[in-house]
Amino acid sequence: MSAVPAALAAPRSVSPMWRGFRDAFRRHPTAILGGVLLLVMVAAAIAAPWLWTVDPQALSPVRRLKPPSGEYWFGTDMLGRDVYSRVVYGARVSLTVGIAVAILSTVLGLALGMLTGFVRWIDAILMRVMDGLMSIPAVLLAISLMALTQASLENVIFAITLSEVPRVVRLVRSLVLSLREQPFVEAATAAGTGIARTLVRHILPNTVAPLLVQGTYIFASAMITEAILSFIGAGTPPNIPSWGNVMAEARSLFQIAGYLILFPGIFLSLTVLAVNLLGDGMRDALDPRLARRM
Amino acid sequence: MGVVALFVFSLLYISPGDPAAVIAGDIATAEDIARIRAKLGLDEPYMVRFGNWLWALAHGDLGVSIFTGLPVARLIGQRIEPTVALTLCTLIVTVALAVPVGVVAAWKVGTWIDRSVMGFSVLGFSIPVFVIAYLLIMLFSMQLGWLPVQGYRSINEGWWPFLSHMILPSAALGTVYMALIARITRATMLDVLSQDYIRTAQAKGLSSNQVLLGHALKNASVPIVTVIGIGIALLISGVVVTETVFAIPGIGRLTVDAILRRDYPIIQAVTLLFSGVYVLINLAVDMSYTFLDPRIRY
Repeated sequence: MSAVPAALAAPRSVSPMWRGFRDAFRRHPTAILGGVLLLVMVAAAIAAPWLWTVDPQALSPVRRLKPPSGEYWFGTDMLGRDVYSRVVYGARVSLTVGIAVAILSTVLGLALGMLTGFVRWIDAILMRVMDGLMSIPAVLLAISLMALTQASLENVIFAITLSEVPRVVRLVRSLVLSLREQPFVEAATAAGTGIARTLVRHILPNTVAPLLVQGTYIFASAMITEAILSFIGAGTPPNIPSWGNVMAEARSLFQIAGYLILFPGIFLSLTVLAVNLLGDGMRDALDPRLARRM
Repeated sequence: MGVVALFVFSLLYISPGDPAAVIAGDIATAEDIARIRAKLGLDEPYMVRFGNWLWALAHGDLGVSIFTGLPVARLIGQRIEPTVALTLCTLIVTVALAVPVGVVAAWKVGTWIDRSVMGFSVLGFSIPVFVIAYLLIMLFSMQLGWLPVQGYRSINEGWWPFLSHMILPSAALGTVYMALIARITRATMLDVLSQDYIRTAQAKGLSSNQVLLGHALKNASVPIVTVIGIGIALLISGVVVTETVFAIPGIGRLTVDAILRRDYPIIQAVTLLFSGVYVLINLAVDMSYTFLDPRIRY
């Protein structure tokens, strides 16, 4: 009973923004947690040079394979490079790949999906190609693409994007196909709106919510794929400190220097977890029908 | 499959690296390279090469490894046993565990059991397979010393050596897959459990086991089996990584070695093989619908 009058008396003392945050947190605590964790990672990636790091590429044969200590927080690798610095700088690579792939594949998938949803002859051809691409497991597709091109960050992004796009096209196409039968699209067409305008004004806004959720999941899976590619030696070139690279270099050493795997592994998992939690929260918020189930 | 074949072939065709130059080595002259090109048929036009390749493929000829000079089909044959063993072990154990877990989570929805299953599932999606693999090795092999660190023993060398080398790789490989299946099982079960016929079944006094297994799970089986099929893609990509971590001499290792050496015919063949298996499995899944749900007819 005492809680009610207190709550009635209190509202003025809490700022609206804080209250909004608190309500959101109460409804989706894990999503907010994920968001905060992701923000911390992004901030760390941007502020890497000021976070007590040294040059992540600086070699020092004298201090090879030192276990974690006060001086080298995460220890040093077999070339004497500071693992803490490499992990903090590695956040830049993972997050860049994740965000770039998420944006590129969503935009590309959106364009192709809208096209296939409205133009029949393109639909027939493009969807066969997409089915073909989808029948190659995504990571395998990225591996074979990377095996053929020079290892570079752009190629990693391109390879992962290509393996994610078919799924986005599928999603957008199914959305467009169901949306174009909706009365409001029919009304727009009856009122003389052209195809281009209908697509942009009426179809596009209705695909944003599902795409946002899908994009978040692509963000997460792209980071994992980048790490896998780097780990098996088909990813980011070794001169860029990515989490996958740090772990790949430790492959033969993990029995004597497990920390080389442990720290980048924990950072990678935490970041992916953060993005996944955010995605789950967004899906719950945008699609209440699914909220209680998934 | 036609698209896959064309795609896989084109990939290799447009690749910038010149395999002839790789084989010839650093001190080769331009004539040497040209000779090797002619020998490998690399100087023919695109469609002719594609035709030759398809023709050979139809005869079960996957080409010759650039690096070792051995037929790719034989190389894959030598390496296929560990991969099949690992994938089957993982598949069986994962499905046997994940489906009941998902059912229980749906049955006890909202309780701590449900929450921990969902929590595990999100974690399983987030931790990359090789990180799980190393964590497992560090805990069970290095700290506790219960299981071997790496390697592979054929089943011919006895059950226990085989299984002890299989437990950790399977656990690492299966985690994502298990998270996926448990999640889908729970979601579909919740969907089915809210249907009228479930209430009818409960009302006529059937035990909760009968309702759950006989009525609910049976009706939820189509989406679950679909995801088991689609999820094979996770297993296939996971195998490449898992075999690398656990030093298992399977197709995954073959692929990774081929990537490092730019041995295109092997990469080509493996991609084709895995995609073929993936497509066939999903075809089988589609066909199983008619058994699982008699309403579906083709």
